Amino acid sequence: MARPSRRRRALLRPAGFDELGLRRALSDRMLPFLVAAMAFLAALAFAGAVGAASLAHHWREGAGASLTVQVPHGEAPATGQAGTRLAAVVALLRGTPGIREARALTDDELAELLRPWLGSGVERLSLPLPAVVQVRLADASTELGGLAPRLEAAAPGTLVESHGVWIGRLTALARSLQACAGVALVVVAAVASAVIAVATRAGLAARREAIEIVHGLGATDSYIAARFASRATLLAGAGGLVGAVAALPVLLELASLATPFAGLQPDDATQGGLGVLPPVLWLALPGLPLAAAAIGFLTAQGTVRRWLRRLP
Amino acid sequence: MVRFESVGLRYGQAAQAEPEVLQDLSFVIPEGGFRWLLGPSGAGKTSLLRLMYLAVRPTRGRLSILGADIERAERRALPGLRRRIGVVFQDFRLLSHLSAYDNVALPLRLAGRPEGQIRADVMEMLRWVGLLDKLAARPAQLSGGEQQRVAIARAVICRPRLLLADEPTGNLDEVQAERLMQLLKEMNRIGTTVVVATHNDAMVARHVARSLRLDHGRLVSA
Repeated sequence: MARPSRRRRALLRPAGFDELGLRRALSDRMLPFLVAAMAFLAALAFAGAVGAASLAHHWREGAGASLTVQVPHGEAPATGQAGTRLAAVVALLRGTPGIREARALTDDELAELLRPWLGSGVERLSLPLPAVVQVRLADASTELGGLAPRLEAAAPGTLVESHGVWIGRLTALARSLQACAGVALVVVAAVASAVIAVATRAGLAARREAIEIVHGLGATDSYIAARFASRATLLAGAGGLVGAVAALPVLLELASLATPFAGLQPDDATQGGLGVLPPVLWLALPGLPLAAAAIGFLTAQGTVRRWLRRLP
Repeated sequence: MVRFESVGLRYGQAAQAEPEVLQDLSFVIPEGGFRWLLGPSGAGKTSLLRLMYLAVRPTRGRLSILGADIERAERRALPGLRRRIGVVFQDFRLLSHLSAYDNVALPLRLAGRPEGQIRADVMEMLRWVGLLDKLAARPAQLSGGEQQRVAIARAVICRPRLLLADEPTGNLDEVQAERLMQLLKEMNRIGTTVVVATHNDAMVARHVARSLRLDHGRLVSA
């Protein structure tokens, strides 16, 4: 038997044997580009969901776990006990279970608080300002139902202002933002799936004759679907990787801008470090190519198997 | 064995059905048999072959191929059956982007044969059809006769139990056509059932065998 030349031997079994000619039918240009765009949008939508969740958390754990108590005539003597009304209120608050900290604001802090409305030099206006006590709860869900009557008894006219109502509204806003981001993610995944399905159908149409030949030679549906799925997985995964990498600098910039709302120090943002990005995003970004690849695999499998049912 | 019992075939959906292209076909080809399939153009020879290589299912009647009832067989059972049937098409149906080697190796790969075991068989088959020096050539680089020989090598490499050929000598000169017939008869001698559709009366006269003659979708002699 004649021995084939080295060049011919190299041609015998090319790496990545492509019996259906899918390298041309499922081009490595348009599909990865479109999937990359979807992955980029998915990264932004996911970051939006994470940001909204973070804001809601900060609001709940910050303002939601605090009370403001106003004590009129704080320096006046307390009713039925020694000391001032303010000292009596603070002592009562500190002795109440579920309250982690109760601290009377200083005159300077009070003036700072009022500066946006009354301007500087509040102390010169001789206004009868109430004493203000800032209260930190052990937990945002702490119930202090009987507190107001007891404070009223110790210092009549004392007002307890819970931030629950507007915190509830802000939390609802944050949750609706999360829901919008979630819907955007689902839509992006659906569009990516549709794009892959259209590309797969185009590939099926372009390679119809080759598929029929291979089918006639005894290829199973699984075999043919696996060839398409393998190609679609590769292209979608590559697109997802490009999209994730492209999204990274944008997310870092957005995270830097959002630093004041996320409870980080401004220095963290000005340093421009990678630490401004929440850890969950660092986990999600590598997951994007995997998710894109999974969508590519499942979509191609489903599309090809449905198409093959028309063959006997 | 191939058994047709009152088989009819029509193309198209039931609602807009075309007339039957094959009507009331009944015949048996025993295992190891050889049959010419004869008849004028449009008589239904290609449709009959399509039924035999499972490209279509009969619209009515009973069809048994290699022991399987085709009209009742589950779809998932057909690929395994197809791998036991070799087909030589009139238009070759080679995959244009694959080399001659890969075209011939394809049925073995589809059958899940390990790559290491494929090479020797493919090289032997290409030697058998005289194309060992063209193993890296794509179909477009081969003459019509060479493509036909690649198609034959692909059809027989899995040692099929049933070998079907549709006008296999149509693109060959006399010498090549005679050589092809020797190949088909050799396959038949080792137990393969062979059916050859042809218009080549001279070839039929030189190689005497039983024949199935079709006319207007009906079997006129068997």
